[in-house]
Amino acid sequence: MFFPISGADISPIYLVIVGFVIGIMGGFFGVGGSFIAGPALRLVGLDWNFAVGTDLAHIVGKSVVAVRQHRAFGNVDLRLGCIMALGTIGGAEVGAQLIQALKRAGNVNLVVSIISIVVYLSISTFMLWESRKTLISQKGRLPRGKVKGVKSKEDHSAFGPVTRSIQQLKIWPMIALPASGIKEISLWLILFVAFVGGFFSGFLGGGAGYIRMPSMVYVLGIPTHLAVGTDLFEIIISASYGTFSHAVKGNVDILIALVMHTGAAIGAQIGAICTQYFAGPKIRLAFVPLPLIGAAIVIYTLFTGHKL
Amino acid sequence: MKKETAKTLRAFAIELAIYALLVVAYFFLVLHFLGGWLYQLESQHRYIYASVAILLMIGQAVVLQNVTTLLLRFIRGRAG
Repeated sequence: MFFPISGADISPIYLVIVGFVIGIMGGFFGVGGSFIAGPALRLVGLDWNFAVGTDLAHIVGKSVVAVRQHRAFGNVDLRLGCIMALGTIGGAEVGAQLIQALKRAGNVNLVVSIISIVVYLSISTFMLWESRKTLISQKGRLPRGKVKGVKSKEDHSAFGPVTRSIQQLKIWPMIALPASGIKEISLWLILFVAFVGGFFSGFLGGGAGYIRMPSMVYVLGIPTHLAVGTDLFEIIISASYGTFSHAVKGNVDILIALVMHTGAAIGAQIGAICTQYFAGPKIRLAFVPLPLIGAAIVIYTLFTGHKL
Repeated sequence: MKKETAKTLRAFAIELAIYALLVVAYFFLVLHFLGGWLYQLESQHRYIYASVAILLMIGQAVVLQNVTTLLLRFIRGRAG
């Protein structure tokens, strides 16, 4: 199928399958899946700028589907999502500016590659340690099968004591997040977490859900199911902003994004429904390979010089 | 339990088959007609194209989700 905007000739079946796989991951883990979508689009010959912009457009649609499904399960904290969107957009701008500065200095590829490998490996290692420790301590107490109602949102973490002391930081203004079960938390803390996620999004590319989702769980103390749903809601806002910005620069082939999304729409629903069958620590444990895939892609490009 | 799982999987397979037919029809009809117009828009009016792109994406998301929900309800209704 010929796509006139980007001038690419790509099989629509390939696009639907890629969208379906990323849709499942997005619905289940609350990530955009750029680290797979970008290389998958590059593999079939789409220019890098189009791969980035088109992927962002597809993420908007996929997240809309997943959020509607998560909302039906009570997994979305709208207030938290809106606040985080502000921090994310601010962080993304700063990250993008830093990339420009490194480009001018002439060593952007090496610096970004090394930082991203360190970040990905750190997240995976920490989440593997925490989720395994939590699962061992909870052995026999976690519900089996479909977990329903408020009980299913109750989350246990081996990192819990640290999270609680972070939550107790009294930096005015303090706000309540009743949907997430948090009585009081500093607004600045939420903005900081969102800013860091946005910074890595602008700096490393993609939506940086692999940083934001764990940060929401471990730093803000949001239950995993809610972190997944709320992160997706926040992704709608930040990815729409990114899509607009890239489309104006001529980096979005919306026809490719629409075709990819036909697969993602059904995948995202399956992923969102699957979260109802798993307790928080199990979702976090299953999350561990995602940043490792990201790290593997960066290591490959660093050593071979081929940008996937 | 196994009977229930088999029933769910069967409903899902039927849903996927119908969904695939709808998607193929969508490719040939909607994208064929939209392609030329979007190409013109992208080359001449970038800001309008950017807004239309986001609206199309959100619109398709809402429509496709409603279609899959309806399909699932219809298939389950017939199976049940």
